[in-house]
Amino acid sequence: MARIDLQLAHSYARTVRSDADYALLPLDIVFEDGGAYALLGPSGCGKTTMLNIISGLVTPSHGSIRFDGVDRTRATPQERNIAQVFQFPVIYDTMTVGENLAFPLRNRKEPEDRIRERVGRIAEMLDLSGQLDQRAANLAADAKQKISLGRGLVRADVSAVLFDEPLTVIDPHLKWELRRKLKQIHHELGLTLIYVTHDQVEAMTFADQVLVMARGRVVQQGTPEELFERPSHTFVGHFIGSPGMNLLPVEMREDGSMWLDGQRLGRPETHQLPAGPLTLGIRPEYLHLAFGSGPDTVPATVSQVRHVGTGQLLSVRVGGHEAKAYLPADAVPPAEGAVVHLALIGPHTCYYRNEELVA
Amino acid sequence: MSTIVKPVNQKAWWLILPVILCVAFSAIIPLMTVVNYSVQDIISPDNAVFVGTEWFASIMRDEDLHAALWRQLLFSGAVLCIEIPLGVALALSMPSRSWRASAVLVIVSLSLLIPWNVVGTIWQIFGRTDIGLFGWTLARLGLDYSYVGNPVHAWLTVLLMDVWHWTPLVALLAYAGLQSIPEAYYQAASIDGASKWAVFRYIQLPKMRGVLMIAVLLRFMDSFMIYTEPFVLTGGGPGNSTPFLSQYLTQKAIGQFDMGPAAAFSLIYFLIILMFCFVLYNWMLRVGTRDSGASHD
Repeated sequence: MARIDLQLAHSYARTVRSDADYALLPLDIVFEDGGAYALLGPSGCGKTTMLNIISGLVTPSHGSIRFDGVDRTRATPQERNIAQVFQFPVIYDTMTVGENLAFPLRNRKEPEDRIRERVGRIAEMLDLSGQLDQRAANLAADAKQKISLGRGLVRADVSAVLFDEPLTVIDPHLKWELRRKLKQIHHELGLTLIYVTHDQVEAMTFADQVLVMARGRVVQQGTPEELFERPSHTFVGHFIGSPGMNLLPVEMREDGSMWLDGQRLGRPETHQLPAGPLTLGIRPEYLHLAFGSGPDTVPATVSQVRHVGTGQLLSVRVGGHEAKAYLPADAVPPAEGAVVHLALIGPHTCYYRNEELVA
Repeated sequence: MSTIVKPVNQKAWWLILPVILCVAFSAIIPLMTVVNYSVQDIISPDNAVFVGTEWFASIMRDEDLHAALWRQLLFSGAVLCIEIPLGVALALSMPSRSWRASAVLVIVSLSLLIPWNVVGTIWQIFGRTDIGLFGWTLARLGLDYSYVGNPVHAWLTVLLMDVWHWTPLVALLAYAGLQSIPEAYYQAASIDGASKWAVFRYIQLPKMRGVLMIAVLLRFMDSFMIYTEPFVLTGGGPGNSTPFLSQYLTQKAIGQFDMGPAAAFSLIYFLIILMFCFVLYNWMLRVGTRDSGASHD
C-alpha cells in the first residue's frame, strides 16, 4: 500500500507542438493510501493513459511519479507492485481457475501454503470457490472477468489495484453485484483502488473521490456530492447527471440584476458576481416550475414530456435555448406547447465564466 | 397418438446436384480410375483381367517400398521437428510493427515465392562441389559430400532445402497468430510478474495453437508428398536408389509401367496421408485443452 503522487505530463507524439499533442496535460495529483478513486471521463480524455502511467505500462514523457515519496517513474509494473484489471477479461486459457488466481503469486515464488490460503480467500469473496478446478477457457465472460479481478486482488501487499473499465463486458444485474463486491473488498482489505470508467453511476457509487477528466486534464476532483452540487467547470456540470446541467448564457448588469435574452431573471443575492456575460448552470432536478408569472421568472414553452421511471422529464424552450426539468412522478405535467414559468435563480444555481465556476 | 406428417419434398436434391457433379469430376471419378487400375491386370487395352487384391498384397510385401516409406516418414518427422520450432522462434524474433515489420515480412517470404523446380535448380547448383558455395564449403572442410552419388546425402540435402524453402511459411503463420494476441495479455502478464518463458508458455503458445495446427498439417502433407525438388536435384536418383516415396511411385508407374501395383500403392499412399492428418488433427485439437485435474475423467 502506498501514497501515489503524480507530477507529470504525457505525450505519445515525439515532438510536442501544442496542447493538442498531449494525452495528459501537466497535472499534479495525489492518491492517498487506502482511498477508493474513480477516473471519470469520455473516451479519449486520457484516463486510461493516466492509469497505465501509474501501473508503469507507459512511461510519462515529462515529470515524475512517486510511491510513498520514492521516485518510481522508470520502474516496471512488477517493481511498483501494482495490480491492474483490464477492460476485457484476460485469462490464461490453458490453466484452471485456481491456477489463474495463483499465477501472480507463483511468479513471485510465494510459499505454496500461503498461495492456497490467498487463492481460497479471494475465490470465496468472488464466489469462485466451486470452480477452482475448472478450466478457465470455457467459462462465460463475467466469470472470466471475475478471474481477472481475482488476479488483481490476490496479492496482499500491492501498492494499489487499478481497474480499467472492468465491468464493460458484464451484464447489468451482475454489474451491481460486482461493484458491491469491490466496495466490500475495499473495506475488508484496505487497498488503494483506482477505477477508470466512463459511466458516471459506476464512478459515483464506487469511489470516495472522483476525478473528472476531459481533453487530457483533470477538470475537477471531489466527492460525488461535490461534483453534483458544485461542478467547478461547465464540462463537469454537463457530464455528470442524466441529463446534465442546463447551461444558459446570461448577462450580469452593473445594477446587480441578471438577464437572459433581454428578460430579467432577478437578483442573485447570495453571490457577488462580476458584471458581463456569464453562463448560468442549474440542474434539471433543481429547476422548478413557478406558479404563475412572478417578477423573477421567465416564460418557457413545453416541447416534450417524457416519463423516465423515477419522474417526468420536461423539455422546454426558454428564449432560444433548450432546458430540461424534472417533475416528480406523481405531478400533473403541463401539456406540450403550454407556457410555464421557470425560476432560474436559486440556492443550487451555479455561475460560470469561461467555463470556470465563479460562484 | 397423432403425428404430423410433413409433406415430403425432394427438391433439395437438385440443389446439391452441382456440388455432387463438381466433386465427382474433380475427385471421385479420378480416384475410382485409380481403384479400377489397382484391381485389374491390364495386359492390353482390350484385355484386362480382374485380379482382386493381388496388387495390394504384392505391394505390401515389397521390401524397397518399406524402406522408402520409412525414409519418407523420417523425412516428414525431421521436417516437422525442425521447421515448426524454427518457424516459431523466427516469428518471435520478428518486429511487430513499424516499417521494419513490413521489410522483414517481405524478406522472410522471399523463398516462398520461388517455384518448386527453381528451388531444386538453385540447390542443384548450390550443392555442387566445384561451383556451388555449399558443396564447395563442405568439400573444403574435408567432407566427402555428393548429393548425386550418395542417397543419404541426397536425402539430407533435400531436408535442408525443404527447411530453407518452407520454414518461412511456418514463421508467417506463427507471426499471424502472435499478431492477433491483444496487447492486454502482455500487459496483464507484465502486471502478474510473468517471466518471458511464462509469457511464451501460457499466452503465446496457446494462442498460436490454431495456426500451428494448420502449419503442422500443411507441412506434413506437403513434405510427405515431396516430388519436384528431389526430382530436379537428382533426376529421381541417385542412380536406381529412390530416397523418396513419390519418386518410387513414379518410377513404378511411368518408368516400369506397372500400373496395377502403382495404382494399388497410390491408394495406400493416399490413405496413409489421410490417416496421419486425421490423427494429427485430433491430437492437436485436444492437446492442452484437457482439464488439468485429468484424473477425474
